[in-house]
Amino acid sequence: MDLLRFITAGSVDDGKSTLIGRLLYDSKSIMIDQLEAIEKQSKNKEQGEIDLALLTDGLRAEREQGITIDVAYKYFSTPKRKFIIADAPGHIQYTRNMVTGASTADLAIILIDARNGVVEQTRRHSIIASLLNIPHVVVAINKMDLVDYSQDVYNNIVIDYAEVAKSLGLKDVTYIPISAMFGDNIVEKSPKLSWYEGTSLLNFLESVEVDKDINLTDPRFPVQYVIRPQTEELHDYRGYAGKVISGIYRTGDAITVLPSGHTSTIKSIEHNGKEVEEVFAPQSAILHLEDDIDISRGDIIVKSDNLPKLTQELDVVLCWMDNKPLVTGNKYLLQINSRLVRSVVKEIEYKLDVNTLQKTDATSATLNDVIKVKIKTASPIPYDSYSELRENGGAILIDETSHVTVGACMIQ
Amino acid sequence: MSKYSLDYLDHLESEAIHIFREVAGQFERPALLFSGGKDSITLVQLALKAFRPGKFPFPLVHIDTGHNFPEALEYRDQLAKTLGEKLIVRNVEDTIKAKHLTEPKGKFASRNALQTYTLLDTIEEFKFDACIGGARRDEEKARAKERIFSVRDEFGQWDPKLQRPELWNTYNGRITKGENVRVFPISNWTELDVWNYIRREKIELPSIYFSHEREVIDHEGQLVAVSDFIKLDDTDKVLRKKVRYRTVGDMTCTAAVESHASNIDDIISEITATKTSERGETRIDDKVSEAAMEDRKKNGYF
Repeated sequence: MDLLRFITAGSVDDGKSTLIGRLLYDSKSIMIDQLEAIEKQSKNKEQGEIDLALLTDGLRAEREQGITIDVAYKYFSTPKRKFIIADAPGHIQYTRNMVTGASTADLAIILIDARNGVVEQTRRHSIIASLLNIPHVVVAINKMDLVDYSQDVYNNIVIDYAEVAKSLGLKDVTYIPISAMFGDNIVEKSPKLSWYEGTSLLNFLESVEVDKDINLTDPRFPVQYVIRPQTEELHDYRGYAGKVISGIYRTGDAITVLPSGHTSTIKSIEHNGKEVEEVFAPQSAILHLEDDIDISRGDIIVKSDNLPKLTQELDVVLCWMDNKPLVTGNKYLLQINSRLVRSVVKEIEYKLDVNTLQKTDATSATLNDVIKVKIKTASPIPYDSYSELRENGGAILIDETSHVTVGACMIQ
Repeated sequence: MSKYSLDYLDHLESEAIHIFREVAGQFERPALLFSGGKDSITLVQLALKAFRPGKFPFPLVHIDTGHNFPEALEYRDQLAKTLGEKLIVRNVEDTIKAKHLTEPKGKFASRNALQTYTLLDTIEEFKFDACIGGARRDEEKARAKERIFSVRDEFGQWDPKLQRPELWNTYNGRITKGENVRVFPISNWTELDVWNYIRREKIELPSIYFSHEREVIDHEGQLVAVSDFIKLDDTDKVLRKKVRYRTVGDMTCTAAVESHASNIDDIISEITATKTSERGETRIDDKVSEAAMEDRKKNGYF
């Protein structure tokens, strides 16, 4: 049994909550007491029927306003897979929350209301999926019951969306006509959609291959912590603890430590307290080196024949996430994996309209803006291009005074 | 499956180890909040994997309400001794005396809410800047919204509207003096994941998790253990039943479930078949209001 993390983007109007409710309900992940609790609340509302959105809207403010504000994580499993859903709000004022949910997703479900087709929100969600480089996209064309399960309606939407996917370079797009309300094509294939040749949504989620999304060719090992027991029997022990974020490490590998550039060889590897010959992404491990070199948290151990880029000038697509505006020339802390350095946003090249992809000039950025910037760092950053290796190309910006995370950087 | 495929438990385990090491790397004075329950026992196992052969870079801290199951306390002391790790215990009883707090009244007078005072005092006493806890997002819907690194202000308060965005696997642990961070390494685990992990790792648990005979009363469908901490009414009938605990909290606010499950396999089959959530079945304190957990967390609760 493996693991799939996916994000559902959309609003109550698209049937997002109904869809999640349906997946949880049909996979028997909602318990009786939880259903009773939402039934009790639903009765307080005017509609009179069970409101599945109450399952996902966890905060009082969300229930009061009937909207999703923050990302909620939901869990269900089938005999084949464990699923983690990042349930993100769809409105433009919560773009930063969607970006947050998208950052760890293997797959995005983009909901389209069959009556409305591809709309501004569809484009925005697709643009975010593409910016965050989510490997797989499912376009769930929902509310098919309201268009008489029409194949023509479905086909036209597929044609429209294919344009969007092409312009964004989305790699793996799958289209599924569904009715979340009636469960059509959610768990079982629906006879009302017999013209559709693909599988049901759940079946697809269970079978989409995600193992291949893990990069096993470019070894990157950010050092998080140095283990030095300093006891009598382990008095020379010095282990570099971290997680293999990509690639494979074997004993005997020639390695380079960045940014220092020191080189050595892997003497031994520990995984879960045992000595092993190799470790691979995304395992956590302890590496031991042949030579005594200065390595501390924030350094990255890579293989000498496969080096990342190393620079102090970064081209970055930045999603601004703070209520205070971004001011060019201001200093921020930049954190990429375990490395933390001071940095300055030097200039804004352009602002990206997340509904249309249009680029406009800008001198500042406010909450939810996506901009292209140049960032200079106080010391060199070993990184990979985000589009090639998400694990070593994503960084956050931290306000030095408030300590708040203010930006998400996709390094180009 | 290729030889480079990982089981979902391996993914969850590696994620949790990574979080533990981020705590060790980012904070000066962390602590692991240990309750003697299965979730914090799982945390200890993960900490062993993250830091052995080194010592834990934090003590185990237990906030003892005085209403704990003796089996859980015994387990706690034994575990700290076997591991050779430091255990700090602070008692709610002492806080009540020192601060003249008012004990809740009623049949199941629970010190659950009073724990927060002792916890905040303990954080202040030791200047803890990060407290690692075993909360999971599947437990409750306010928890489902909480970050893995969750910042609390100097009053220990959680502000759900002002949470930091948490992207990729990058955790921002920077805080101002006086603030602290609650860290939840098993956020993404479900109850069943924890049990499957306990089975896989052959982790020992306190005996109350397994079926045993106990004197209980039936309170609105929930079975509550007879103990010195609850007041029996004349109408209460003391029953002798085969029960086990699905969660381990205070004797006053944790209900038992009828069960013959005497080993982990049986427990896993039972949980797989159950139709009631963990909190719904076993927590007497959560049904009070829809936002009970959100309110407690805002006030500094775990």
